[in-house]
Amino acid sequence: MGTITDKVAIVGMGCTKFGENWDKSRDDMIIEAVYEALEDAGIELQDIEAGVVGTHLSGLTAACLAEPLQWDNVPISRVENNCASGSEAFRFGCFSVASGMYDKVLVVGFEKCKDTGVGSLSWPSGIGTHPQLGFVSAPAGFAMSAVRYFHKYGLSLEEGKKTIAKIAVKNHQNGALAPKAHFRREVTLEQVINAPIIAWPLGLFDCCPTTDGAAAAIVTRADLAKNLRDDYILVKGLGLAIGRIDDYFGKARGKETDYTYWIETDAAARQAYEQARISDPRREISIAEVHDCFTITELINYESLWFCPQGKGREDVDAGTFAIEGELPVNTDGGLKAFGHPIGASGIRMIYEVYKQLQEKAGPRQIKNPKLGLTHCQGGNPTAGFQTSVQVFGTRE
Amino acid sequence: MTGITSYGAYVPFHRLHREEIARAWGGGSVGGERAVANWDEDSVTMAVEAAFDCLDGIAPESVNGLFFASTTSPFKEKQAATLIGTATDLRQDILTLDCASTLRSGTLALRLAADAVKAGSANSVLVTAADCRLGTPQSVWEQRLGDGAAALLVGDSNVIASIEGFYTVSNELNDVWRRQEDGFIHTWEDRFVLTQGYQSVVPLAISQALKQYDLSPEDFSKVVLYAPDARSYDTVLRTVGFDARTQAQSLPFDTVGNTGSAFPVMGLVASLEEAKPNDKILLASYGDGCDVFILQVTPNIEGIPSRRGMTKYTASRRTLASYATYLSFRGIVATQQSRMPPAIPASTMLWRERDSLLRFHASKCRQCGEVQFPIQRICPRCRSKDQFEQISLSNSRGKVFSFTLDNAYIFHEPPPIWGIVDLDAECRIRIPITDASFEDIQVEMPVEMTFRKFPREGDIPVYGWKCRPIR
Repeated sequence: MGTITDKVAIVGMGCTKFGENWDKSRDDMIIEAVYEALEDAGIELQDIEAGVVGTHLSGLTAACLAEPLQWDNVPISRVENNCASGSEAFRFGCFSVASGMYDKVLVVGFEKCKDTGVGSLSWPSGIGTHPQLGFVSAPAGFAMSAVRYFHKYGLSLEEGKKTIAKIAVKNHQNGALAPKAHFRREVTLEQVINAPIIAWPLGLFDCCPTTDGAAAAIVTRADLAKNLRDDYILVKGLGLAIGRIDDYFGKARGKETDYTYWIETDAAARQAYEQARISDPRREISIAEVHDCFTITELINYESLWFCPQGKGREDVDAGTFAIEGELPVNTDGGLKAFGHPIGASGIRMIYEVYKQLQEKAGPRQIKNPKLGLTHCQGGNPTAGFQTSVQVFGTRE
Repeated sequence: MTGITSYGAYVPFHRLHREEIARAWGGGSVGGERAVANWDEDSVTMAVEAAFDCLDGIAPESVNGLFFASTTSPFKEKQAATLIGTATDLRQDILTLDCASTLRSGTLALRLAADAVKAGSANSVLVTAADCRLGTPQSVWEQRLGDGAAALLVGDSNVIASIEGFYTVSNELNDVWRRQEDGFIHTWEDRFVLTQGYQSVVPLAISQALKQYDLSPEDFSKVVLYAPDARSYDTVLRTVGFDARTQAQSLPFDTVGNTGSAFPVMGLVASLEEAKPNDKILLASYGDGCDVFILQVTPNIEGIPSRRGMTKYTASRRTLASYATYLSFRGIVATQQSRMPPAIPASTMLWRERDSLLRFHASKCRQCGEVQFPIQRICPRCRSKDQFEQISLSNSRGKVFSFTLDNAYIFHEPPPIWGIVDLDAECRIRIPITDASFEDIQVEMPVEMTFRKFPREGDIPVYGWKCRPIR
């Protein structure tokens, strides 16, 4: 098997303000993100040879990228992989340039969640599915992991809720430092713990919001990157693992996967770490943007990404390991929790943060001496299997 | 000998104090409480519950007829018996029939079953009767009615109560009715309805039956009559000459309510639960006429394993929070609708997956024994392809592995409780937990399976399996 390491560089990125963008259409947001990326790279759209666009539900064909940009007759693919749709688009962009087929590829992820009239995530009409096999809301699916996590590690409801609440507090603190974040207000531990229940034991502040947004990246072959800028960012590893519903339903696998550890995250991380030659992620990674659709998700991901041993996430949360000034800063821009979660955009928004951090352009939330950054996207639901990607990025050596 | 070979009943878990209805409207209460089917129950699901109770210990493949009696079938067009037969895992090459429209449909189905057995066209016919009727809000019927079901197995061997005779009259009268387009029952003035209808038709039919079989009231150890209410029951017992104290089967007017076509059958089940060999039982129904049955209990009654029946299901109850909850359960008031695109399962998919979704079958790998639900063609453990047998999960019990209350749920039904449940059939499934208060649920809590309706989206009926705390 080959490797992608150091073959692809990011030379420009853009990201809209995330939030309830009532006054912006999906086209407005795509234009905004793409033009910021073009300006960042110092090139014109006409310099780009192909596109990949990732969206979960906001557009069905690649025309959703061509139309707003008035971009005629170029090859564009539209990809979808649930909450990993943005990182999926990015993967295909990387392969497109690494293969030598194109020199420059535009990658866009977007989602217009707030045009549905639904307070939470909407999904397409469930023709062909039986309610017995579906319809568990995302909060409910992850809540059942929280119940198992608390049960397995002997946490009382109070202890468990307090542990995950600290993750919300941290991410809101970080979001307050990120001008483009959906939520820019800090919250207190008490507010998080006492919030109305969405899916027991998860309260309102344990859940990421429903958000509009778009983000874009321009990728090129590493050997061409220096023609565009000096501080380009290199792709070090790309991992992807697709789980099956059976993993969680079968007797044998069911006992392996007890909802307190994400096996798809583990598998995707293993792929990416091997490519990036990372053996001790906790020490080697400078910053991680981790899928935190719910606070419990981030907690379990610390363990599934090997940042700490299973069951020990709580100790690190208490120790502040994952704060901006901590040993391994996680979700420095607020994560899905505070920056928001427009499904198809999130994967590229995470890369946007890592890109800015590695370029040391992250303003008040800048971390010190960044070398390697990680992004992690997790589609799906603990009761239904995940689509999980892990990406590792590095500065030019 | 033709007669009843097994029996079962079902009363929904929820009860509404009639005082609660009276309070909502500022009127008087007729006292006691009534059974209220959960939002995910209807006459079909209640009939399935009663059928399972009746078939406890009996091989489903031995049943070769299934009748469903109700005035509240969820379908105006489409047979409900086929659905009930599939959910209860009966064979397909059997006689199925819906008996509809009349409050006598339960006893008519019983008579047809006995006739079919006598004629030799079937030798084990399951008769189910269930009703979930609506009294107009504020009317006394809203208080009096209740929801419930009963089932009787009719056959020619191992009979526990032989059918010694029957007598039937029909009588055209607009006393209680619903037109095709009506949701609530209509009645004419009580005085007319009772004196010219129930209180005259039933005594006359019973007298005729007694005359025909040369019996007198004192020959019976128990009498079970349909009655619109407790007072009318007393009146008719006295008119015919039965001793209300010693002979009348106690009927659940104050605990369950009048369950329509199921009511006389539930009464008979209650009497069989207490019956001794050689007891003689008189059963009479009412509705557009009267059916009278004369039954003789046999020594086999002592060999039948105990059922949950009327006794246990009536005792197992939870008070419904409010009258408003009842109104929303029955869809009498519309609750907030989501703007989520409707999730409508395809009829094609429901048909393809019927063994998993309706019969509640799992696949069990022939190579390694792995159990999977829904049925999977490739074994996730040993990877063998198409090497499985189907096993039934409907009688499984399980333990809650994890659970949650889903307030982010998108339909207008109450927020569901989801469970991940480890079944004793060695299978882990994700399944809604119904008939439960969230506060009661804990990891490791035992549950049993129950057949229910799924969310009312679109125009296609959707049924499937849930679990509930053991009743």
